[in-house]
Amino acid sequence: MSATDVQSAADVVPRGRSGPSPDGVAARPARPARRRRSPAEWVRRGGLSTVVLALPLLVIFGVFSWLPIGRAVVMSFQETNLLTAHWVGLDNFRAVLADPLLPVAVRNTAWFALLALVFGYPVPLVGAVLMSTLRRMRGLFSVLAYLPVVVPPVVAVLLWKFFYDPRPEGVFNEILGWVGLGPFPWLQDQTAAMPSLVLEATWAAAGGTVIIYLAALTSVPPELYDAAEVDGASIWGKIRHVTLPHLRGVLLITFILQIIGTAQVFLEPYLFTGGGPANATVTVLLLIYRYAFGQSLGSDYGMATALSLMLAVFLALLSIAWFRLTRNWSTS
Amino acid sequence: MRSRRSTSALALSGAVAIGLLAGCASDDPADPAPGGEPAGEEKVTLTVVSLIPGSEQAAFDAFEERVAQFEERYPNIDVEGVEYEWRATTFAAQLAGGTLPDVFEIPLTDAKTLIENGQLADLDEAFAQLDYAEEFNEALLDAGRGEDGHVYAIPAKSVYGVALHYNRELFEQAGLDPDDPPSTWDEVREYAKQIKDATGVAGYATMATNNTGGWQLTAATYSRGGRVQEATDDGTYVATLDNPATQAHLEMLEAMRWEDDSLLADTTLDWSTINQAFAAGQLAMYTTGSDVLNALMETNGLDPAVYGMTAMPLEGADAGVLVGGTLAAVTAQADDATKDAAIKWIDHWYLSTLRDQEQAVADAKVRFEAGQGVGTPVLPIFSREQYEQELAWKADYINVPLDQMTGYTDVMFDQPVVGEPSRATQETYALLDVPVQAVLTDRNADIPALLAAANEQAQALLDE
Repeated sequence: MSATDVQSAADVVPRGRSGPSPDGVAARPARPARRRRSPAEWVRRGGLSTVVLALPLLVIFGVFSWLPIGRAVVMSFQETNLLTAHWVGLDNFRAVLADPLLPVAVRNTAWFALLALVFGYPVPLVGAVLMSTLRRMRGLFSVLAYLPVVVPPVVAVLLWKFFYDPRPEGVFNEILGWVGLGPFPWLQDQTAAMPSLVLEATWAAAGGTVIIYLAALTSVPPELYDAAEVDGASIWGKIRHVTLPHLRGVLLITFILQIIGTAQVFLEPYLFTGGGPANATVTVLLLIYRYAFGQSLGSDYGMATALSLMLAVFLALLSIAWFRLTRNWSTS
Repeated sequence: MRSRRSTSALALSGAVAIGLLAGCASDDPADPAPGGEPAGEEKVTLTVVSLIPGSEQAAFDAFEERVAQFEERYPNIDVEGVEYEWRATTFAAQLAGGTLPDVFEIPLTDAKTLIENGQLADLDEAFAQLDYAEEFNEALLDAGRGEDGHVYAIPAKSVYGVALHYNRELFEQAGLDPDDPPSTWDEVREYAKQIKDATGVAGYATMATNNTGGWQLTAATYSRGGRVQEATDDGTYVATLDNPATQAHLEMLEAMRWEDDSLLADTTLDWSTINQAFAAGQLAMYTTGSDVLNALMETNGLDPAVYGMTAMPLEGADAGVLVGGTLAAVTAQADDATKDAAIKWIDHWYLSTLRDQEQAVADAKVRFEAGQGVGTPVLPIFSREQYEQELAWKADYINVPLDQMTGYTDVMFDQPVVGEPSRATQETYALLDVPVQAVLTDRNADIPALLAAANEQAQALLDE
């Protein structure tokens, strides 16, 4: 199979368009009328066991995922302290939109997402591509790359807090001092705090993505590289014309997953800075947490769920738009 | 607001079951229950606050010994200690999640709202069992009463005034007399710079996060004669976060940070982390509750020889000392047996040691032998006479260097005291964290603008 075959194979896949087309509906072959099955037959054919097997999953999902989600939607229209509740219409949404911290949180979250995209997105890709070219010790490098993911996040953050000690004898400042740089304030500066969080988050998350890319890279037929080499392609040429096109689908998915993930960033600002200094790292999720629990008497569960709902709707719309936009790219 | 003690993020699930200890008995096992009521037959397991997560082993040993004394006295009650540190940013989650122990501690200022929300158990009947129920400082007891006049939370542990704490060793190294601590804010700044210049260690530090920055800024505001909110005649409240005293204090912090370089530039310090930093010798002076030495010894292993405490500098006509305290409360779900056991525990652990000579001496002995602080100055839960009586009972075991705290103890009963802001307390503190963090991290922080913004938000909260 050559590159041309791949291209032609891709060409026969119909280019999708958004929305059901009337033609498509008409072209669908008419289904044969379904014969009604007796309950006994349904059981004999495994219907019952299917339901029984699926039941634990449905119950667990229902109780621990869907029920809380439904409850949150209800709560966003209520004022409640979890003991008593009354309906307040859209008041919670109005209160959230009027909060002067909301624009700050949205801006900070967008800034985090952008920084994470610029630094965090390419790093695992480059790492995976480099690792895939290794003939030996690939396993060792995979382990090293994945190790940070295994470290419990709280431990990792506490460790990095130590690294980010702003004093000249702090770990990073000491090391940078050897080459005449710093000392830097890291988390103790309103401008430097967010990039510092992104640095740790990238370190912590890159390993998982590297593994996904490595797995995807194994699906690239080696013949393609051989063919490219015969055609005189450079390393960059091979990456550009063979590797990246094969990773396209995965890249598009990891891109939107990263956006969704970074829009929900909480752990780093919560543990590193508590949103400080001076609200420089308050993110949308941290704001939600503050509404719900941030004050010792926190009873703004309504505002917290309202903002959660708004974030969820925003991310859902973004995801839909992204998949519509990229539908053509991923199948070509 | 009392000591920001709560579980840390790491210790959310750090419940430690303290086993029964054999071999430790109170001097008189036939001690009657408070109110003389005999213990019931039903076996009750009671979870209670033990110590701050990460406390010294000796402190846990002392706690376990007190538990053993209690269980010997009440064989039907099984006490399980849970490590706990009240912290504004985790308390609500613990309360909502039902992970608090049966008996837990809350700041004085939070009780009214928790009672209103139905989140605390009605202890009125159990409280009446205490034979000294009538003898509490009425103003303190009132903080734990509901609108129905019932008692829901009981003054316990300690009531404190905010004071200035310092490291005597660093004072000496900087050529300062540790027996002559600063008495004005100008002197605080001057001493801080001298310490930094001589030793390289930050001369002063302030808490800045988890609402504690605002808590200490409010204390400093009071000490300079300002207030952060005022009640009007028609029952509404006016936010005054932008008052001149708050502004003056922030300006001082800004100058110490950027002109003198004598202020520890760390915006992540809260009640427990600043204690750590102080015990580790990373700062020379800070302000916090007068009873902090107990925690510094229990949790941070501080050698009391290096410790000094003096009164907050008071400047201006209305200057006063911010006081706060801790109430013990019981979870709303508790049944009568649990409430009954809880009140016995509150009596045993928190209160009998202040009122009953035998208990006071027993507690002091246990703490003394475990190397924990005995005799740390606090404000009285009952009366000044009772407090002085209690100290007299414990005299043989007092191991804190009271002669290094005379700057505070000489005036503690004479200083005008001011309670914490009564409305939206924690929210107000949270809003004031921001300007504190701003002056620590921004050389050009616009203090009036920051305070104006905080004030506007505080007013919105007060208007709710």
